[in-house]
Amino acid sequence: MYQFKVHKADKLSTALDLFNASDEPAYIAGGHTLIPTMKQRLSAPSDVIDLATIPGLDAITLVGDTLQIGAMATHAKVAASSLVQEHCAALANLAGGIGDRQVRYRGTIGGSLANNDPAADYPAAALGLGAQIVTDRRTIPSDTFFKAMFETALEPDEIIQAIHFPQVDQAVYLKFPNPASRYAMVGVMLTRTAGETRIAITGAAASVFRAATFETALTADFSVSAIEAVTLSAETLNTDMHASAEYRAHLCKVLIQRGVEALTA
Amino acid sequence: MSGSLIGKRVLRKEDHRFVSGKGRYTDDIQLVGVTYAAFVRSPYARADIKSFDVSEALAAPGVIAVLTGEEVVKDGLGGLPCGWMIHSKDGSEMRQPHHPVLAADRVNYLGEPVALVIAETQLEAKNAAEMVMVDFEPLTAVVNPATASQAETLYEAVPNNVCYEWELGDEAATDAGLAAAAHITTLQLTNNRLIPNAIEPRAALAEYNSGTDEIILHTTSQNPHLVRLIMTAFVQIAPEHKLRVIAPDVGGGFGSKIFIYSEETALAWAAKKLGLTIKWTAERSESFLTDAHGRDHVSEAQLALSAEGEFLALKVKTIANMGAYLSTFASAVPTYLYGTLLAGQYRTPAIYVEVDSVFTNTAPVDAYRGAGRPEATYLVERIVEKAAAEMGLDPAELRRRNFIGRDQFPYQTPVALEYDTGDYEASLSKALEMADYDTFATRQAEAASRGKLRGIGLSCYIEACGLAPSQVAGALGAGVGLWESGEVRVNPTGSVTVLTGSHSHGQGHETTFAQLVADRLGLPIEDVEVVHGDTGKLDFGLGTYGSRSLAVGGSALSVAADKVVEKGRKIAAHLLRTDVDNIDFDAPVFKMLDSNESKTFQEIAFAAYVNHDYPSDELEPGLAEKAFYDPLNFTYPAGTHICEVEIDPDTGVVEVVQFVAVDDFGTIINPMIVEGQVHGGLAQGIGQALLEQAVYDDTGQLITGSYMDYCMPRADNFPDFKVGMTCTPCTHNPVGAKGCGEAGAIGSPPAVMNAITHALGGIEVDMPATSEKVWRAVQTMRTLKTA
Repeated sequence: MYQFKVHKADKLSTALDLFNASDEPAYIAGGHTLIPTMKQRLSAPSDVIDLATIPGLDAITLVGDTLQIGAMATHAKVAASSLVQEHCAALANLAGGIGDRQVRYRGTIGGSLANNDPAADYPAAALGLGAQIVTDRRTIPSDTFFKAMFETALEPDEIIQAIHFPQVDQAVYLKFPNPASRYAMVGVMLTRTAGETRIAITGAAASVFRAATFETALTADFSVSAIEAVTLSAETLNTDMHASAEYRAHLCKVLIQRGVEALTA
Repeated sequence: MSGSLIGKRVLRKEDHRFVSGKGRYTDDIQLVGVTYAAFVRSPYARADIKSFDVSEALAAPGVIAVLTGEEVVKDGLGGLPCGWMIHSKDGSEMRQPHHPVLAADRVNYLGEPVALVIAETQLEAKNAAEMVMVDFEPLTAVVNPATASQAETLYEAVPNNVCYEWELGDEAATDAGLAAAAHITTLQLTNNRLIPNAIEPRAALAEYNSGTDEIILHTTSQNPHLVRLIMTAFVQIAPEHKLRVIAPDVGGGFGSKIFIYSEETALAWAAKKLGLTIKWTAERSESFLTDAHGRDHVSEAQLALSAEGEFLALKVKTIANMGAYLSTFASAVPTYLYGTLLAGQYRTPAIYVEVDSVFTNTAPVDAYRGAGRPEATYLVERIVEKAAAEMGLDPAELRRRNFIGRDQFPYQTPVALEYDTGDYEASLSKALEMADYDTFATRQAEAASRGKLRGIGLSCYIEACGLAPSQVAGALGAGVGLWESGEVRVNPTGSVTVLTGSHSHGQGHETTFAQLVADRLGLPIEDVEVVHGDTGKLDFGLGTYGSRSLAVGGSALSVAADKVVEKGRKIAAHLLRTDVDNIDFDAPVFKMLDSNESKTFQEIAFAAYVNHDYPSDELEPGLAEKAFYDPLNFTYPAGTHICEVEIDPDTGVVEVVQFVAVDDFGTIINPMIVEGQVHGGLAQGIGQALLEQAVYDDTGQLITGSYMDYCMPRADNFPDFKVGMTCTPCTHNPVGAKGCGEAGAIGSPPAVMNAITHALGGIEVDMPATSEKVWRAVQTMRTLKTA
């Protein structure tokens, strides 16, 4: 780790000012990607601005039937929230399955989304549940938020304030963990709202994506038999020492089938 | 009283300090004026070093010195030697490339150290290490051991990159067995390369006292005396009596801390050269790159059987990867710790094995929990199970037909070893019963109803522990005898300090050895303290590896305790004005045979130090005795492991749903500690079978350089282990113990892989059985079924 300065922001505007006044700033929102890369000397920010100290940024509320989760809500807080459990149990389960206990008590939903790790769980939740990402300057629909590996629609200094999850009828998240890292080798968030099916897949490609062919088939007929002949192209999927693209494509379909079974059981 | 502590589940004396944060590991030691070292490492698997430029680093804040491979050459330091000479089948000596402390002109593996920076703080040292400019000219790396002998030659003195071409056994008799066979089973397999991953990374703290010219090196070692011997006699950083090596609390080793590495050696050298106290603790990334890796074999084998399933011959050809240099014991692992174990538990009359060891541009490979014996067991138990399947025989029955019977000991195998004792039928029967072997079909059918493929696999392993009878070891090429020393020092108040040349780094010796000595002397275990790991306190010792500590180190203590009793009888005879033959030791009391007069152990201890009327020509004061125990033979722990797996055919995920281990470790001092050793070994063995593998890419970059990709087993990867014991005491050591540290890692991999092969209807996959490999095998199985 190189030397750096730590700033504890007390409000959003302070954080922004600090960011824009620093040479190579980085926001820290839990730090479970940033700190390991700093320890390995792969990243060397001059100034680290802690957002977790901003009051109220971790609130979880229900407004109408929209679940609003503050960006600094930790995975543990989301997992344990009775509001989240009632409104969207799949989201609480997903949060409870991220990393290990230590990670869940530090890592935050806003940090995870802003980082857009290709194998993180939350991007699948945001995209699959059709969330709105509310920042200090605008609201970004999840369908346009995730751009590429570790890339989002956020401006360099832009800060996520909250994530708004609309009510869905049904949702389930299934993760096939990488045996070593326990990140998602493939993770599938499958949701239904007024007969429409949305499927977001993480872990399999450079960034989270929607499985359009499966969505179409399941929106028409929500049953395992409806997707018997549907396949996912392996062409754009990841190959690494743990899984080939072909195997990942297969796993995606298996998890979608299991998701459909779970929601129709 | 004697005998009352053996076999008791005494809680570990050392655990209070470990779990309450009072352990004292190398990095915990704080010394005044300490400086910190950081190493500059090769970013290439193979490269020429054109030049060093240390000027920027030297000018960096806090930097005290920068030493490169060039200084190592200038100071005339020797290389790091391998301690075991192996001869090729043509009689020539193995080829050993120079293994420099720091590379000066050529690097041969990723992460090889080329320089060290010493600074006032750790951060300053690390920052400056990045400023050392090394002009590397990358060269093509040789990575794959299977083709290394056809690749570009890495060292001038090592043609075709071959270290040796070794053989053992009778080739003609083996070929005759194959020619006479009714059935021949063939098998190709790889034994996957592993990274040890001790919880405490390697560390060193070297201090130099210019007043006494003494270096004290605190380091994470399994055998501090060997460190001292090699650093002084071979590398020649100091005379032996001017180097003291202390291995304080050490957090695991699994073999990786036996060896003499560059970093610790460089630190001791630099401390004296610069008159400094210097500390270095490896980062986890450095451990992945530079701790000696394990296994890495590619093998093919043929097993010849008669029509009745009698083993006639076994022929094996193995290529073993040594990595870039020969590590301390590397040459012995795929030869005398491997070829000699190929008889397994069986009467196979003819065995022939050839082992070609090759160099590659990868980290050195050396002994890792089991060291050669897991590789032998994996091969034997896989091919035996495959033969049973091919011949339509029950795998337990086929093994029974070929077991060395309990009445056939001592048994001379065709591969150099003489087994002293064993009862293989007993451990097999007990394991089959514990595993409910007879009702497997019911469980398989029930699993099938849930869509799962269930398989069962056996492994009847044997290993050779208690390294080693020195004469045998010497004849086989060992550079040193492999006895062990022990001292039982009775204090004037009757408490006892036990000094052992063995080293505990998680095994619980402080309890087991205290239990053994307390039992012999009839003392409460609280009165016995075990001291180890300091060349300044012990005469000499050979350390802990190869499951040798109790069988060899414990035996030395047993002999020393007997000597204490003998001396005590003399003192008692003197005090009681009688003849020594008239004194009996009924622990802890010295009694006169012909009267009811007696002396307690405490009275004798006190008298040994305070009396002033000894007949000085017959009896010296004091009560402390040493023993150097040299075993008469290896010990042969053996047993049966049975694994049941369920495979999810849709994903290929393998779940170990039952694991039974029945082991014969001879006499057991502390069953709780033994079971712990078995559990840990099973975790590593099942980890090898399902999860762990070190992967280098074609250019020699390590893909599995962190826990993101190197899959360490976790508790949720395992079921509750069912562990059982049988016992045939070792016939040739005074403790009756055989050793238990490695058995779990030796016996379990073939049990797991046999279970997977069984579930897959005979389709074979190599370790680790990742979900994708297994999923693909399921596709193959289904294609074959429909075809």
